[in-house]
Amino acid sequence: MGSYTPGLKVTPAALLRFERRLPLKGEVVVKEGERVAWDQVVARTDLPGRVEMVNLANKLGVDPSELEARLFKKVGDSLDKGEVLAKSKGLFGYFQTPFRSPITGKLESVSATTGQVILRSPPRPISMSAYVDGIIESVEPNQGVTVKTFGSLIQGIFGLGGETSGVLECLASEADQTLRPEDLEAAHKGKVLVVGRIVTAAMVRRAAELGVSALIAGGVEDADIRELLGYDLGVAITGNERLGVTMVVTEGFGGLPIAGKTFGLLKDRVGARASTSGATQIRAGVIRPEIIVTDLESDWEKEAEEPPDLELAIDAPVRLIREPHFGRLAKVVELPVQPERIPSGAKVRVAEVELTDGTRFRVPRANLELIEG
Amino acid sequence: MADKSKIRSILATDCGSTTTKCILIELGEDGYRLAVRGEAPTTVEAPAEDVTQGVLNAVREVSELIGRPLLDDKGKLIRPYDSEKNQGVDIYLSTSSAGGGLQMVVGGVVREMTAKSAEKAALGAGAIVMDVLAVNDGRLPHEKIELIRQLRPDMILLAGGVDGGTVKHVVELAQVVGAADPRPRLGMAYELPVIYAGNKDAAGDVEETLGGKTALELVENLRPRLEEENLQPSRLKIQEQFLEHVMAHAPGYPNLMAMVDEEIMPTPAAVGSIMETIAKRDGISIVGADIGGATTDVFSVLGETFNRTVSANYGMSYSFSNVYAEAGHQQVMRWVPFSLDERELRNRIKNKMIRPTSIPYLLEELILEQAMAREALRLSFEQHKSLVTGLKGVQKGSDLTALFGLGDGGEDTLINMLEVDMVIGSGGVLSHAPRRHQTAMMLIDSFLPEGVTTLTVDSIFMMPQLGVLAAVHPEAATQVFERDCLIYLGDCVAPVGRVKEGQTVLKMSFDSEVVELKAGEMKVISRTREEGPLKVVLEPAPGLDVGAGRGKPVERTVYGGVVGMMLDGRGRRPFGFANAVKELSEEVRLARLKTWNQALDLYPEEAKVG
Repeated sequence: MGSYTPGLKVTPAALLRFERRLPLKGEVVVKEGERVAWDQVVARTDLPGRVEMVNLANKLGVDPSELEARLFKKVGDSLDKGEVLAKSKGLFGYFQTPFRSPITGKLESVSATTGQVILRSPPRPISMSAYVDGIIESVEPNQGVTVKTFGSLIQGIFGLGGETSGVLECLASEADQTLRPEDLEAAHKGKVLVVGRIVTAAMVRRAAELGVSALIAGGVEDADIRELLGYDLGVAITGNERLGVTMVVTEGFGGLPIAGKTFGLLKDRVGARASTSGATQIRAGVIRPEIIVTDLESDWEKEAEEPPDLELAIDAPVRLIREPHFGRLAKVVELPVQPERIPSGAKVRVAEVELTDGTRFRVPRANLELIEG
Repeated sequence: MADKSKIRSILATDCGSTTTKCILIELGEDGYRLAVRGEAPTTVEAPAEDVTQGVLNAVREVSELIGRPLLDDKGKLIRPYDSEKNQGVDIYLSTSSAGGGLQMVVGGVVREMTAKSAEKAALGAGAIVMDVLAVNDGRLPHEKIELIRQLRPDMILLAGGVDGGTVKHVVELAQVVGAADPRPRLGMAYELPVIYAGNKDAAGDVEETLGGKTALELVENLRPRLEEENLQPSRLKIQEQFLEHVMAHAPGYPNLMAMVDEEIMPTPAAVGSIMETIAKRDGISIVGADIGGATTDVFSVLGETFNRTVSANYGMSYSFSNVYAEAGHQQVMRWVPFSLDERELRNRIKNKMIRPTSIPYLLEELILEQAMAREALRLSFEQHKSLVTGLKGVQKGSDLTALFGLGDGGEDTLINMLEVDMVIGSGGVLSHAPRRHQTAMMLIDSFLPEGVTTLTVDSIFMMPQLGVLAAVHPEAATQVFERDCLIYLGDCVAPVGRVKEGQTVLKMSFDSEVVELKAGEMKVISRTREEGPLKVVLEPAPGLDVGAGRGKPVERTVYGGVVGMMLDGRGRRPFGFANAVKELSEEVRLARLKTWNQALDLYPEEAKVG
């Protein structure tokens, strides 16, 4: 009973759903029940083109109310860049100065109040892929789809870079192995690579050069993140970085071995195609980076694991998420009800945990993360 | 809602971005008192994506601690309180800042005039202002359009033009918003609420431009004349739209709205209302802060004027890393009484950010968090000061600087710390500091009180809940506030001016005693509030001011508190420790921190650290 800290999902076999929504209304190009591949387009839309606002009344030296009469085009008409849109009155009909359209597009609006005209470039088409192999479970007309699939899901704690896909390969033989950039080779092009306890800035650069799809590691130094981004990451909203490779870390900042269960699962799925995203949002509506390996041929309903129990309970497997035992895995052995004093001097609710080597100690419940899945 | 006279048991939650806090207030023989408090992580995000799960977890903890069922078998609140079965509560209330709070973009014609008034109106309503658009903000129309699209605010407030003034510029701004065709942050299913509070003569044109594209609402001009602000109608409309549109689309909020007996209040609005109540009741000027996980809200009540700002990206969990990025390594490290490798510090800060609900276990980590809290509070207070300025555009003689909004900023602020009577701290890091002495020192270091200032703290972080309760049951709210919420840490005396090493900066005499305070020194005189008022004569050194003017002695009545009376001889304007890492050697910096920490008995265990 009581509080719990929801953890990261590490599930070998589960029913998974992915919402694929367009940023603006558009067209869904697949049907409910249809089987889709990870790189198949499921929906597309046109992003509105760039807008150019010009105070044309000022430019022509006329009152806004007279503007419409000076225009050669009507609202909704198409325009080419350089095409004359209007002319000033000039002197007795002479010396008229033309105003040429700065862009190719359409005349969107003309305001008789402000003298402002709005020109808009042609829309930019964008398409959205399925991201994972699966089946279209539902269609939200004009907005997007939900792709249902079956397979392994590993949530990371922090990542950089957007969605990508590749064949999973485990470069690290142990979860706490440290690799060097030189360990990445040309043969790794297009792959999703598990690189052990730490990913460095030099490794990310090397991976990008080689065309590696994604790197998965236990940890990363914040100093390396700053080196890669060129600035201090303040609010963690990531996913749009253009590093040339996607990065997913599973444990946290600093060099940290990948949790045993996570590493084991990654090793089990070597050779399969993994869809992965580094997008992280650590605030309202948390988004965690993820690695998905689908397994469409299994019996979905039968093999899906029970949803995890989110209660912090005796025997629950946990990860310690704060010093002094940061990153260690343990299980809960006792949950005292009354708050207890900890070395910082604070009185908080605690849990007694036992490490894999049998060592027992008490830590704040808030510093435990349930290992789910 | 139940008959007020029969309310015996009140349950109230505050759904923060990180933690959902729940308190239970019960009517006993001596009136309403806080009975118990519980908390649980907020569950706005996956996997739960329903704020009520966190609420129910927090209620369960309260139920467990008080040993009485509050929820039935189906997990529903038992209402009303049943004395025979000893179960349930009479009413349930809630505030919320979860889901990122209310995020707004505001706009006006001139950045320092109508746009600033719009910003104040939005902040006053408890919003986070993501950006301020103005005709003169130096950005091209297409840049503004792109920005609105990217930001995806929950709501837009448009102002501009005094009544009878410019129409053209206001409509231009509306056209920018219209061209952006903005979509709200949460879901595509509803139209973005836009509130127009500008020149009434432009209302028709604005309606024509935005009426079909957005959920447009027209309210009274928030700046009807240059010398007048009328922010209340906009504030009320913002709060109404917040509940109607934004909250209704946040994960689980329809459920929470159905659970509560009164409307959910945005957390900053609730805390602000309780601070305003205290200032009015005691006839004092107050500066207060509520430091949360994602945001820090700062409040000031100066005479009749109430101001509130929400610093969106300064906080102790989600925004932890941003505080470090904005303050810089040196500013954080100046408060840390041991050396720490920058690489290591960076990793620790990021690890807290990605696991925002974790708490410091070792003393060394607590000290680090409290250093970060000082910087988060300082940055938020600076932001507040820069917004609390006189009305720009009001011509004072030939003061063109004011007319054009030049020279705006800290030096222009209406907040004079010498005139502030009380500083109130609230929020986890202040309310739950293991020692109140630590809270007092964090408040002193970040707000730099001047002259004589009473320092207080929200005992267990329950001002939001009392704020919403005050709107429903003022009597219960006041009783709990006085008895269980506000803790008096003690009065702080700080002479203002540049202090010189070795100089005696202040003499304080009372009864037959004289206390001397040296430059750079901190002292605590042990005295509780229960010992009553103490008449003292404060004699500042020449050039220094404690309220009566430079070098002038003053007689004051001061009080102690749970910490005592605190004397701060470190100087103000400038504060002698402002650039400690740059200006002092590591040895001197550490030595100073050590003596202050000892003087205030901050970390009795410090010997074990480092």
